[in-house]
Amino acid sequence: MPFPEEVRSRLDADATQIIGRYPGSRSALLPLLHLVQAEQGYVSADGIEYCAAKLGLTETEVTGVVTFYTMYKRHPVGEYHVGVCTNTLCAVMGGDHILADLHSYLGVGDDEPTPDGAVSIEHVECNAACDYAPVVMVNWEFFDNMTPASARELTDDLRAGNRVTPTRGPGRLCTWREASRILAGFNDDQATDGPAAGPASLLGLRIAREHGWTAPERAPAGRRAANESNESKEPR
Amino acid sequence: MTDTLTPVLTAHWDEPDAFTLDGYRRGGGWQALPKALAMHPDEVIAVVKSSGLRGRGGAGFPTGVKWSLMPQGDGKPHYLAVNADESEPGTCKDVPIMMANPHVLIEGSAIAAYAVRASHVFIYVRGEVLHVVRRLRHAVQEAYEAGYLGRDVLGSGFDVEVIVHPGAGAYICGEETAMLDSLEGRRGLPRNKPPFPAQAGVYSLPTNVNNVESIASVPSIIVNGADWFAGMGTEKSKGYGLFSLSGHVANPGQFEAPLGITLRELLDLAGGVRAGHRLKFWTPGGSSVPMLTDAHLDVPLDFESVLTAGSQLGTRALQIFDETTCVVRAVLRWTEFYQHESCGKCTPCREGTFWMVRVLDRLEHGNGTEEDLDKLLDICDNILGRAFCALGDGATSPVTSGIQYFRDEFMQHQKEGGCPFDPEASTAWSTS
Repeated sequence: MPFPEEVRSRLDADATQIIGRYPGSRSALLPLLHLVQAEQGYVSADGIEYCAAKLGLTETEVTGVVTFYTMYKRHPVGEYHVGVCTNTLCAVMGGDHILADLHSYLGVGDDEPTPDGAVSIEHVECNAACDYAPVVMVNWEFFDNMTPASARELTDDLRAGNRVTPTRGPGRLCTWREASRILAGFNDDQATDGPAAGPASLLGLRIAREHGWTAPERAPAGRRAANESNESKEPR
Repeated sequence: MTDTLTPVLTAHWDEPDAFTLDGYRRGGGWQALPKALAMHPDEVIAVVKSSGLRGRGGAGFPTGVKWSLMPQGDGKPHYLAVNADESEPGTCKDVPIMMANPHVLIEGSAIAAYAVRASHVFIYVRGEVLHVVRRLRHAVQEAYEAGYLGRDVLGSGFDVEVIVHPGAGAYICGEETAMLDSLEGRRGLPRNKPPFPAQAGVYSLPTNVNNVESIASVPSIIVNGADWFAGMGTEKSKGYGLFSLSGHVANPGQFEAPLGITLRELLDLAGGVRAGHRLKFWTPGGSSVPMLTDAHLDVPLDFESVLTAGSQLGTRALQIFDETTCVVRAVLRWTEFYQHESCGKCTPCREGTFWMVRVLDRLEHGNGTEEDLDKLLDICDNILGRAFCALGDGATSPVTSGIQYFRDEFMQHQKEGGCPFDPEASTAWSTS
């Protein structure tokens, strides 16, 4: 059954903005799929029909795209979707333990929501945070340096509705559907929340500061001038 | 003599507002764009060319040369696509750059777009890093409001639009032609080359594709000059780069250093391999390049030296594994990754990775044979150089190098009827 008129007109306003960003309309397909996922929590047959109609594609063409990308879900997942990195480095550092433990602790398989609909889990591939291994993502926010115990605690808090804060991210964790809306192109107001960088990201800089190491001065002429002016201040 | 570490991109990351327009300007940001706009676009390309900057996404193609391959005066729209789909296992440099200093990427993008006469910049960022998406969009908005993007940038007559485009989960979209298909709203399948993106990229129009770190390095080159950049690094691998240490080291993290630094020097800075353990194997540039061992601690980490040592510099993603790690398990997991991420377009990669996982799985569980190792090497022979894109080639690296350095360990699994390693011992929380 297609979207009701009220939903459709709301989506139309967003879709017009999204399509307007691109020189070629089909480029809007990925963000439009994030948009319909934000509406329903997954990409349904209705969502596919909507995107196809908006872009003048067949539903088959759109379905082919949906099934290619792992972030589009074809059935509902939890309000908080927990991804445990089990690519080699995180797996070896304990990601395998964390994933296995969460599966048995929550009693659900990959992409399967808990009965209360609060949490689902899946294994994810390398999420570009290897210096914080083992890494867990919740709705695509970073939870660094995790253990089986801290991962259990995290899912407990999510299920209890307690506030959880990503290690390097916003002050308020978005729901799965809110996160999908950001991916569709509509920021929330949390871009300036959180640190600029985590401790591992700053390690080299901190060490460089301790040693007084810097990149070279911009130009030899400039360096000479700076040295001369310093010397002139010194007592002779 | 250049210092051991040379913070440029990372120099202000410890300022809490480093990611804002004000924070970036305070550190000297947004001074390169006006300087570039006062130059002829060809002059900008010439400066980048003579700096010696080579692509930081892994392949190391000279950035200025790539820019100069864009056609000129062809009357067609041109595009710049920034590859921010960082997903190579072990690689974790672009995400912190965009998190802490998105403005340097936006400024570099504007300069690159001006140089290659592009009207639109697509920043193709992987979707699985939500806060990075927020930060990028926020920075783009600030840059528009400040007049650095949009129509008639800083009164120069140059127009540029920047679009932050999140992906949807597919490693293959980091391959430049697969990214172009994905940008067009299709499955991310690699394209035949030629035509190269500079001739027929997104919408079949000339497109310049560059890695985040390459583009982010451009403002410093424009402000400080090509000689300044070329004064760092080695003769053929010039400049600075981020080296990402992860895994079994006392203090994992990011180190910004001239190309040519060694793992031994980096490990010293990182407090060494974690206490009580020793280096077993490591990757110099992600999992798609052959692993190296403790025999390679003093290899200068530049494009040429790492190649001579039998691997590739790649993305300077230094994943460190100590003696508690089972190499068969590591290779199996990487191969599972390539199987999962193979787009399925071409047979050697699709079928080869599938079968390698099965063979490796039985080896890891003690059910393999010596012939299995030859079988794996044979499959690798049939993938390497025969796959459509570099994903297939990359999938062979862990397998061939793992067998090269640790053949006995593969067979030890058979002798003992299973994996001789305790996975608990390799975890971050292990105390043994």
